[in-house]
Amino acid sequence: MSDPITRPGVAAPRDGADPTGTGERPASATERGIGRLGDRKKARLDELARASADKGGVSLVRDAFRRLRRNPVAMFGAAIVAVFILVAIFAPLLAPHDPAQRFDELTKNLTVDSIPGASSGFPLGSDPLGRDFLSRLIYGSRQTLFVGVLATLIGLALGVLIGAVAGAFGGWIDNILMRFTDVMLALPALLLAISLVAMASKSSQWTVILAVAIVNVPIFARLLRGSMLAQRESDHVLAARALGVKQRSIVLRHMLPNAMTAVIVQATLTLSTAILEAASLSFLGLGDPDINRAEWGLMLGVDGVRYFEVRPELAYYPALAIIVVALGFTLLGEGMREAIDPKNRR
Amino acid sequence: MLRVIVRRLLQLVVTLIALSALIFIWLRNLPGGPVDALLGERATPETRALLTKALGYDQPILVQYAKFMQRVLTGDFGNSIRTGEPVTEVIGRAFPATIELALAAMIIAIGLGVPLGYLAARYRGRLLDNLSIAGTLLGISIPIFFLGYLLKDVFTQNIHWFPPSGRLSTGLDNTNVTGFFVLDGLLTREFDATADALWHLILPAFTLATIPLAVIVRMTRASVLDVLNEDYVRTAEAKGLRHKTIRGRHILRNALLPVVTIIGLQTGALLSGAVLTEKVYNWGGLGTLITDSISGGRDYPVLQALILLAALVFVVVNLLVDLSYAVIDPRVRVR
Amino acid sequence: MSLLDVRDLSVVFQRRGERPFTAVDKVSFSVEPGQTVGLVGESGCGKSVTSLAIMGLLPRRGNKVTGEVFFDGADLLQLRPDDMRDRRGRDIGMIFQDPLSSLNPVVPIGVQVAEVLERHRGMDRKAALKEARELLDAVGIPDPTRRLKEYPHQISGGMRQRALIAIALACKPRLLIADEPTTALDVTIQAQILTLLKQLVDETGTALIMITHDLGVVAGLCDTVNVLYGGKVVERAARHELFARPRHPYTRGLLDSVPRLDAPRGERLHAIRGSVADNIPWAEGCAFAPRCDNVVDACLEGTPPLEPTATGGDLRCNNPVSEEVAVP
Repeated sequence: MSDPITRPGVAAPRDGADPTGTGERPASATERGIGRLGDRKKARLDELARASADKGGVSLVRDAFRRLRRNPVAMFGAAIVAVFILVAIFAPLLAPHDPAQRFDELTKNLTVDSIPGASSGFPLGSDPLGRDFLSRLIYGSRQTLFVGVLATLIGLALGVLIGAVAGAFGGWIDNILMRFTDVMLALPALLLAISLVAMASKSSQWTVILAVAIVNVPIFARLLRGSMLAQRESDHVLAARALGVKQRSIVLRHMLPNAMTAVIVQATLTLSTAILEAASLSFLGLGDPDINRAEWGLMLGVDGVRYFEVRPELAYYPALAIIVVALGFTLLGEGMREAIDPKNRR
Repeated sequence: MLRVIVRRLLQLVVTLIALSALIFIWLRNLPGGPVDALLGERATPETRALLTKALGYDQPILVQYAKFMQRVLTGDFGNSIRTGEPVTEVIGRAFPATIELALAAMIIAIGLGVPLGYLAARYRGRLLDNLSIAGTLLGISIPIFFLGYLLKDVFTQNIHWFPPSGRLSTGLDNTNVTGFFVLDGLLTREFDATADALWHLILPAFTLATIPLAVIVRMTRASVLDVLNEDYVRTAEAKGLRHKTIRGRHILRNALLPVVTIIGLQTGALLSGAVLTEKVYNWGGLGTLITDSISGGRDYPVLQALILLAALVFVVVNLLVDLSYAVIDPRVRVR
Repeated sequence: MSLLDVRDLSVVFQRRGERPFTAVDKVSFSVEPGQTVGLVGESGCGKSVTSLAIMGLLPRRGNKVTGEVFFDGADLLQLRPDDMRDRRGRDIGMIFQDPLSSLNPVVPIGVQVAEVLERHRGMDRKAALKEARELLDAVGIPDPTRRLKEYPHQISGGMRQRALIAIALACKPRLLIADEPTTALDVTIQAQILTLLKQLVDETGTALIMITHDLGVVAGLCDTVNVLYGGKVVERAARHELFARPRHPYTRGLLDSVPRLDAPRGERLHAIRGSVADNIPWAEGCAFAPRCDNVVDACLEGTPPLEPTATGGDLRCNNPVSEEVAVP
């Protein structure tokens, strides 16, 4: 288990694959022309430059932002995410109907073997309970965002806490905490989530959120601890220590902020897996039992597959929404990773 | 080397013991707990007390755990609440189905993923590369149960290439030797059974292979790109070696080292994915067992054993991968 | 007839959406059988690209190679890739700068030597390994039988470079290209490797192209020296001539920046101003002009032609260092 970060759906942090295939080209003729000749020396210079940039920290982040903005694929991902968030915010304005309301026009033609398609006022037709499918899809963005963000945030908060404590103190505290994450990582992600939900006496929206969150705790913890340990040996932390800066201040002002960049990137990628995992739980019958709630994973995993042969659109649309949003977070996250660590770029 | 193995094995045992303790304590402290699970919510307090005592739940938790572990070590995981059979029997029956499915998926994922990743790297920036990148991104973004339904719809409803579900056609009489139907057919020379089992296996295996395939393609591509820039590949070219030699001995032998690690970690994706895939295709393996144990009133003894089994498989496979690493990478051996 | 005759070799790097960049600009030189020729210059001046172009080892995409490279009467640049592949390692061997990264880390040394013999001399593995043992012995690797089974990380840097030399010379090529073969090594090892190269070249009659930024290497080894700057040959001369009377200000600068034990105490080392990277892409005029002490107006207007000198060399300079001034 050498690389705990690699979970289904989450690419290894160092796999370095460029999702875009358009890895940015060297900016100046210098880099291009000399190619491998001057590589060694240039690399050394770059290193020096990076070391000096590190001290500020600010310029590093600014550089990363600039690189991110110039990466069209990452920006495409960001655009998807932005649209998704906007739809979620303005769902009441965008949706033509109340997502929970059952319409007589729809229910009167509704049987187990036939679910009405598009009709005037209902562009995407009905769901299996005679509600407006389009409105439910639009409102679904809200719940999906809510579940994804909350699960990720809770996982991040707990993971960061564990990782930071382990990374800051080291020693036996580190040992115990890391053994604990090992135990959690010994279970494949979805199985862990399934066990967590299954062990709650009955499932609710919160069991789903918590299960998905807890699955991600060890990943965040390991990641943060790893980069904090790396920081601990880095030049600027050594320098701070040599200057007599207090341990607490070193951790809070130097180690944590730098280590957090990796965590934020991972969080973006986790949003994508969290949405997928929530959908999987719904499909397994461990999802949110509230039939009024419109959430894409629920719509796909319960009604979508149940009525797949009757009206596949009930699966297609939420599935498409999930795929696009998951893709958006993945592209954005990988773009951020590249921007922060240009060495990983292909 | 031996010392490393022993240390890793010890770590493995510790991990499993800790996991079993966690699960055990969790189960005993559930609201309601296993007694409610057995009796249902309407049971009278008297029956509950009786059963609690009968099952030993009135004893201190540590004593209970010690007894549980004692039984586990003798291979006794208790009886299924749903069927009353011994848990080991229930699991033993479902185990080969899942292993067969997972192995098939892994063969597909490695067999397609490594060449595809290599070609994508070799023709970087061209159509094939871009298609494979798009494909892998889609692969990790699509809910695989949805993909399963989609494949099922296309290949069993629209064009009838494959059967929609199950491991064998109904009415086909096969002799069960190992539980691996493909293997059984070969062993008993019932080749029609082997063919039929393979025919049933293809769609679920492809569905399950999606995520590992995507990850392996990406990893291979990234790794080959790294290696292509290495000086020793240039040296190999300067020697005038044939393409085949350079590809096999100099590029792939180096590039596949990190891929091996990833393959080990994909065991996790396979176990998770099996739960979803088996439900889609009604496969009847461990995944189906998990789903059934949850939906038909929570069958805690079975669930508990399944979770431990999954952890055991995952940890052991990754241990084997790490050890194999020491064999295939000469630089690791010195340590 | 020369063994190798490079005529007007140019390499232009061109990537989509970027200005083309000329790394090697109409370089011509020739190598006679058994001769040792130096290509000298700072990193980034086109030496290594030249050698990779001769070997056909530049990436297939992103660059354009023009000119002619006659080896044994055939233009290597016109050969089919498979024909070139047959010649690499057999007729022309090459050794590289960093011996650790140039050896495959997961393949035993023996196999890495033997595979050249299997490929070009049609030997089977057993015979090739036997021969590989002899080769390792010949390049001065102690206990060669044991080394055959060892991996690159298990042997020292000097031994790795010896192994690479054994690989390059395995098929007794008529030309060996050594690209900075000692740069990554300790000073004491450098001398050993140079002595070994000289000895092997003398024994086998192999012609050698020595690529280096280190004039010390050139002084001990080369018959003729080509000084490159900005992708162009700026001066060519016989070794003793070059050291006695450098004509191009760049050559002079290179010689001056070598520390000397016999220099008067307190005298400062003369460094050339700036670096190659400051001036890429090359200016319209002479590429060295921005760093040159002897610069005149003509230097900024166009590249001066490469013209023969009285001493039998060639020089590309409007205002050369006067012949009378000896090296301090």
